[in-house]
Amino acid sequence: MAKYDAGVKEYRDTYWAPDYVPLDTDLLACFKVVGQAGVPREEVAAAVAAESSTGTWSTVWSELLTDLEFYKGRAYRIEDVPGDKDAFYTFIAYPLDLFEEGSVVNVLTSLVGNVFGFKALRSLRLEDIRFPMAFIKTCGGPPAGIQLERDRLNKYGRPLLGCTIKPKLGLSAKNYGRSVYECLRGGLDLTKDDENINSQPFMRWRDRWDFVADAIHKAERETGERKGHYLNVTAATPEEMYKRAEYAKELGMPIIMHDFLTGGFTANTGLANWCRENGMLLHIHRAMHAVIDRNPHHGIHFRVLAKCLRLSGGDQLHTGTVVGKLEGDRQSTLGFVDQLRESFVPEDRSRGVFFDQDWGSMPGVFAVASGGIHVWHMPALLNIFGDDSCLQFGGGTQGHPWGNAAGAAANRVALEACVKARNEGRELEREGKDILTEAARHSPELAIAMETWKEIVFEFDTVDKLDVA
Amino acid sequence: MSVIGDYQTKNTLETFGFLPALTQEEVYAQINYMIAQGLTPGIEHELPENAQDHYWTMWKLPFFGETDLNNVVNELEACRREYPDHNIRLTGYDNYTQSQGVNFVVFKAQGGSRAW
Repeated sequence: MAKYDAGVKEYRDTYWAPDYVPLDTDLLACFKVVGQAGVPREEVAAAVAAESSTGTWSTVWSELLTDLEFYKGRAYRIEDVPGDKDAFYTFIAYPLDLFEEGSVVNVLTSLVGNVFGFKALRSLRLEDIRFPMAFIKTCGGPPAGIQLERDRLNKYGRPLLGCTIKPKLGLSAKNYGRSVYECLRGGLDLTKDDENINSQPFMRWRDRWDFVADAIHKAERETGERKGHYLNVTAATPEEMYKRAEYAKELGMPIIMHDFLTGGFTANTGLANWCRENGMLLHIHRAMHAVIDRNPHHGIHFRVLAKCLRLSGGDQLHTGTVVGKLEGDRQSTLGFVDQLRESFVPEDRSRGVFFDQDWGSMPGVFAVASGGIHVWHMPALLNIFGDDSCLQFGGGTQGHPWGNAAGAAANRVALEACVKARNEGRELEREGKDILTEAARHSPELAIAMETWKEIVFEFDTVDKLDVA
Repeated sequence: MSVIGDYQTKNTLETFGFLPALTQEEVYAQINYMIAQGLTPGIEHELPENAQDHYWTMWKLPFFGETDLNNVVNELEACRREYPDHNIRLTGYDNYTQSQGVNFVVFKAQGGSRAW
């Protein structure tokens, strides 16, 4: 047993462990780090491990009352970042017992807590977490998951089709329900509350619920299809959130919605549990994500937030579109889309995946592609996202010259034509124009949509690129 | 001012409901896709007024291990002869995802447009 020796030790004496072989039960993390000038990489890496686990800046006598060898995090590997001479990756292993069962909140409080303000670092980014199966098994995960959501909604062999109701603020409840009805009767499966809509003076939540429910029931009767609308229950307090969720259930609605970052992981996990117990699907919006994930040197990569959401619970999560108006690198997006949907994702640096991740029996989450997309994007979207996705065309539906129903029909025709063509063995992205043009011969709605949006492309360079030499 | 068209709501019955009735060759292509994906073909039929039920009546059993397009087509036509006043859909069971990789209405009840 060591004697107590007050003072400040170098972190690397305790927390740098290059010979350590991580356990299957360890939680592993990869950080991208830029240290202060002149501080050795091993010391910086060890400081990250210490500050995000058991350590503090000074030795304290009470450390000797516990077995720190059992509890401490260990920096076990350092790698260069391709194409970046200032930054390096450090890999850290955390013992399972540092974290409360079923709590991504607790994991994040440690891994992205005080350490991010630590003066010895110029910048720090959490790139990836490998969650051990022993932890995953303690999390509830998606309330339903992809398979059960398909069964409840009776949607098979194709992506789901949706849109966000616009204008995003200012409509009355009855006019809003009209927009929902028009979209659904025209062929969308699902419509969505804009994330900014909660319960403002121009439209209180209960009135919106009532009119939207009427729109859904009518559209279902007329089309012979199942329909839904993501009723946004995000609210100022959990009590209010549950009250709104309960009323959605009372109206027989199939799906509600939550903003997991502004609402917070505690609220999200509680709501996901409520959804599981009440047979409700849960759509997840991600407002605030770009604040956290867009800077390539500081913050949290979205793949980590996506993994945390799958554990906390959600049946659909926004992932960006790759082709639309918002930021999103294709390979990186595919990397975290896999984390949402697959039962095992192997390490693949070309997609920014730093660890093998075994999800076991955790249900999958639909990837939602939404934002600045229109019918011309359909072939590429189907190719990129595949069937287990929800494609949402807001302006691309409601901006149609004939209105929402025709805009919805145009998108549905385009989607089904692309699915059919893919199944026939045609190459979507190469033959996309031909596929859509053929389909438009039977659909004036699609022909007009194609004419309306033929010039609109969004080609700006991605800010957050994968690290390559 | 451009002419604004009237969009009439259609009873579309889910996947492929917005495409023109598939031709015989187009249905064959979807069956071939299903077989190539390793899905198990199945046939279900139901009266139009019950179309929203989760369960339609199964025609026999799913055709486990079936890889011959002609056998699936023959079963579809046999089902249609037996139930001309039913909607008939083709399903492709995926035993890994426990979902259906394919599911679309091949024949609408007599008088409907979806038929070859």
